[in-house]
Amino acid sequence: MAAAPNAGGEAVAVPAAATPARAASPGPWRQALRRLRHNTAATVSAGVLGLVVVATVAAPLLSPYGFSAQDLAGQYQPPSLHHPFGTDPNGRDLYTRVLYGGRLSLAVGLVATLVSLLIGVTWGTIAGWAGGRLDNIMMRVVDMLYGLPFMFFVILLVAYFGQSLVLLFVALGAVQWLTMSRIVRGEIKRLKDREFVEAARALGVPRRRIVLRHLLPNMLGPVLVYATLTIPAVMLEEAFLSFLGLGVQPPAASWGSLASEGAAAINAVRTSWWLVLFPGLALGLTLLSLNFLGDGLRDAFDPRSETA
Amino acid sequence: MRSFLARRLLSTIPLLLAIVVGSFLFMRLAPGGPFDTERALPPAVQANLEARYGLHQPLPQQLSLYVGGLLHGDLGPSYKYVGWSVREIIAQAFPVSLTLGVLALAMALVTGIPLGLIAALRHNRWPDRLAMGIALLGICVPNFVLGPLLIIVFVFQLRLLPVGGIGSLQQLLLPAVTLGALRAATIARLMRAGALEVVGQDFVRTARAKGLSERQVVLKHVLRPALLPVISYLGPATASILVGSVVVEQIFSVPGLGSFLVNAALNRDYTLAMGTVLLYSALLIALNLLVDVLYSALDPRVELG
Repeated sequence: MAAAPNAGGEAVAVPAAATPARAASPGPWRQALRRLRHNTAATVSAGVLGLVVVATVAAPLLSPYGFSAQDLAGQYQPPSLHHPFGTDPNGRDLYTRVLYGGRLSLAVGLVATLVSLLIGVTWGTIAGWAGGRLDNIMMRVVDMLYGLPFMFFVILLVAYFGQSLVLLFVALGAVQWLTMSRIVRGEIKRLKDREFVEAARALGVPRRRIVLRHLLPNMLGPVLVYATLTIPAVMLEEAFLSFLGLGVQPPAASWGSLASEGAAAINAVRTSWWLVLFPGLALGLTLLSLNFLGDGLRDAFDPRSETA
Repeated sequence: MRSFLARRLLSTIPLLLAIVVGSFLFMRLAPGGPFDTERALPPAVQANLEARYGLHQPLPQQLSLYVGGLLHGDLGPSYKYVGWSVREIIAQAFPVSLTLGVLALAMALVTGIPLGLIAALRHNRWPDRLAMGIALLGICVPNFVLGPLLIIVFVFQLRLLPVGGIGSLQQLLLPAVTLGALRAATIARLMRAGALEVVGQDFVRTARAKGLSERQVVLKHVLRPALLPVISYLGPATASILVGSVVVEQIFSVPGLGSFLVNAALNRDYTLAMGTVLLYSALLIALNLLVDVLYSALDPRVELG
């Protein structure tokens, strides 16, 4: 994985200069950023993501309709000038709903990814740092959870956490930490016997501080890259749960729940394609951008790696 | 080889046991139970039901009873489908998922491998960009969006295919595409990465230098080592595709195992959920073993250890 953050990062035996970003220029972070800027796909994706975020936040300014304003005379209208994305079975403007729905989808992506980061990094760090028996047990637990079908895992976690929106976010994050913990453990094992850690230990730096100040900053690259790829994964998961009726509950809506409501409204008599297409498009575009950005970040941090 | 297989098979026993115990506890400690209904059952009825299925016993005892049954190949009765044993349900639903899954997997391989190979051979030129664009699309379009859109186009507009159900190949075509799209896209990306790694190596240059045609170079020298990443992805991918996807099954009304797994977990139909989980885990372990064997067959440098 990424070897990039080392050059500057490992020089910091002195705790004061712990953030690699502040190391001598052109630091590995700046180099990575420069490489990222030369990657057209990643730059465009970052722009698209920015636009999506702004659009969802500024939703009230971009649409004259209310999020749940019904117009029972105007159900199932195909896209038109008045309703660019058409209207849904309750006569609500789909364009407005997609704008607002993005808020939930993006929030799920961020919060659940943070949760998965928190669990995965903690688990992997403890296992990698402790080594030996504890490491073995902790990694067998990860193996076991890998062996369970994903749907089983999600459904039961949602049962534990209940139906509240925030807890749903937490449950989604709690499914996605397995790979992260493996990556972090590998990084910790790779780093913990290096000279700069030994130097810190010799200087009498407490263990906690070694982990927090010397080890964690050095693996930020791979962790950041994998986190970027976790966001689309949890967003898809949320959509999947919403499809099963376990995710976002009406009247709230996310792109996933909008698309699955649309899928449910389709039949041979009424093919309201817009109900599936537009929420799906919004979700797909965002996922696409996140994937491009994640790939770009990986290439930027580890120039030898190729997009897989 | 034989000792490798023996060792690997032995080591799966503790893993399977851990999965049984883990999922058993995971499931039992979740709130709710199999006999929850909208209206609370009278306590006497509830107690009778629980006694009937042995749910009144302490948890460790239930676990040992369950594991004892497993050793005799007994997966227990379903709590929700009264009169059905878990084994009967699986015997009905698994062949459906299997047929659909094999078809989807075949389609994924047939499209993914050439797409990835072409992308790698035309690295950074337009065929590469196009192929990877298609692949990313496959990864980013969720199946519950793809499925309905396919139905609208091919069933309602073009009227080429039937809408759902099972029985004929035509009925299985759309669900198989929906199920396989994500895998095809992932295979294409892995194939491209694998091939890119290989085409730069010396033996490929040697093969070209000795005058082999491009076709021969690719088919005889590049393809085999480049397949390795795809092979290791296929282990888990096959296991999950064979057990089926509840989304695809719901959209196309296919009575497969995926829906049973999800509904069993939702309804706390303990035994049915455990049975499906076990089937999946056993499949996963077996397929990963197969992957390791294939791996060493494709790459002589990899020793089975």
